[in-house]
Parts: sequence; structure tokens; C-alpha cells
Amino acid sequence: MYKAKINITLRKSILDPKGKAAHHALHNLGLKDVNGVRIGKFIEMDIQAESDKEAYELAETACSKLLANEVMEDYQIRIEKN
Amino acid sequence: MSNTIGVIVFPGSNCDHDAYHAMKHIMNAETRFLWHKETDLGDIDLLIIPGGFSYGDYLRSGAIARFSPIMQSVVDYAAAGKPVLGICNGFQILLESGLLPGAMLHNEQLRFICKDVHIRTESNGSLFTSGMKKGQVFRIPVSHGEGNYFIDDNGLNELENNEQIAFRYCNTEGEITPESNINGSVSNIAGITNKGGNVLGMMPHPERAMEPVLGNTDGKLFFESVFNRLQPA
Repeated sequence: MYKAKINITLRKSILDPKGKAAHHALHNLGLKDVNGVRIGKFIEMDIQAESDKEAYELAETACSKLLANEVMEDYQIRIEKN
Repeated sequence: MSNTIGVIVFPGSNCDHDAYHAMKHIMNAETRFLWHKETDLGDIDLLIIPGGFSYGDYLRSGAIARFSPIMQSVVDYAAAGKPVLGICNGFQILLESGLLPGAMLHNEQLRFICKDVHIRTESNGSLFTSGMKKGQVFRIPVSHGEGNYFIDDNGLNELENNEQIAFRYCNTEGEITPESNINGSVSNIAGITNKGGNVLGMMPHPERAMEPVLGNTDGKLFFESVFNRLQPA
């Protein structure tokens, strides 16, 4: 069994309004050294697979077909053995 | 021969009855609901994907609805050149299913916007807009939190070159200004068509502006134009 840990964020070129609002709020809290905030999604998936590679490929298919919208989002996948 | 209109109902659709009422009682067209598990669109002359929150907007607006059984029939229906109109969440579903290009982001100012806005007809080459004049201004309500249309520069050029931009947000005089761009959409875009001009997605809700009692009948003008080119199956 493998676990895929997936981060999905808006593409760098796209303004992230939620991140911007959080950034503003952090400054108001006095955390002036925060230079930027990007907010995304974190997804964990348990995967039945024979190898790391197979698990990665399955997670990649899941991301490109459903979990992320590649028009506006990037994703990163980490595979861990359970 | 009269037209038959189909209104798709997903779990979480909430403008389906508005669309049904507008078509059946104002446009006097034969209208029926299509549950998302149906697949036969044989007798439908205009398919409406209504607004709402299909599948609770889980993951992304429209992302799950795309996998409903009816959507494969919608793809085939659109490929046959028949008219599909997606309003609000319907537009989001058309984007997620790849029937229209681009994607939807949260409104730039992160607020849900519910008010009347003005939109201008940018192209009257499509099946839907053929009865409109270029530059014609409609006052139509919007009601959305994720209507910030995004497409990259190449995609935008393609939309422009193929005259796929149906509507842009404008001011009361019909001028395209930064202030009238309510949600931050690329190039003030309020609605686009596919290349064939038979699939239209738009964020504003013409079906909510059909009767004097509601204070606005511009939606009726809009649908009269749409009905202009409908051909009974």
C-alpha cells in the first residue's frame, strides 16, 4: 500500500485572491516579514500498487483527470510507502 | 412544430425551476426536466444546463457534474451541432467538461456578487446571438462567487480570432471599462461560445429577468433571440 500526498496550487502566473487576503490579514497581525501567501489544496490518497512508480502514475492520472484543473492549477505528488 | 427545451437537473442545481418557468410559461415552449442520470436527448431542441451548486461545488465548481451519466450525451449532442446553453454553474460545468475553453477562479474581491449588471453583445455570429445586434446592451442579473473567467493569452487570442466572445461586462452606456468588470474576468468576459457557435456559457442569468413583475425583461429579449434560430427536432 502506498500513500500519495498531493499539493494543488493555482499556477504562479495567476493571482490568488484568497492568498492575497490572508497575506493582508497577516500583515495586520504584525507579521510584516511575510512576503507572499499562496493557498491551495492538500489531498491524501491510499493507493494499491506494485511499486512507487505505479502509484505515482496512478496519482498523476487522478490529478490530470479530476483532482486538478490544469488550465489554472499546478500539482505536486509525493509517494510514501505505508 | 414547437420547440422542446430540456433543463438538466443535477443534485444541487437550484436555478432549474427558474429556467423551466422561463421556458414553459414565458417563452411558451414545451419544456421538461432531465435528471442527470438520463441519457436520451433525442427530442430536445435546446438544452439548458442551469445554475446552482451541482455536487455542492466539491473540489471545484462543475468538476464532479462532468462525470454524471447525462454529460456524455451532452458531449455527443453538442458535437452534432445542437444548441447547449450553460448558465452560471452550467457555464462552469461546460468549462470543466472541456466543451468550452478556460476555467473559473474565485471572484477577484472574494465576494459573492448578486446584482443586475450590463453585458454587451460582442459577436452575433453564433446560433444564440444571431438575433442580436453587435454592441446591444442587456441588463441581466448575476449571482456567483466563482465567475472570474480565466484563459491564457494564446487562448484569449483564439477566442478573439474566432469571434467566440459572446458577451462582455460593460457599463450602462455599453462601454467596456475596468469598473464594470465585476469579478476580475480576463478581458471583461461574461460569456463565450465554442468554435461552432452552438455551445454558449455565460455567468449572467437571463432566465431571472423575464417578467415586468420582476422589474426586468431583458432576459426575454435575450431568449427571443435564442429562439430565433432554434429548429424543432
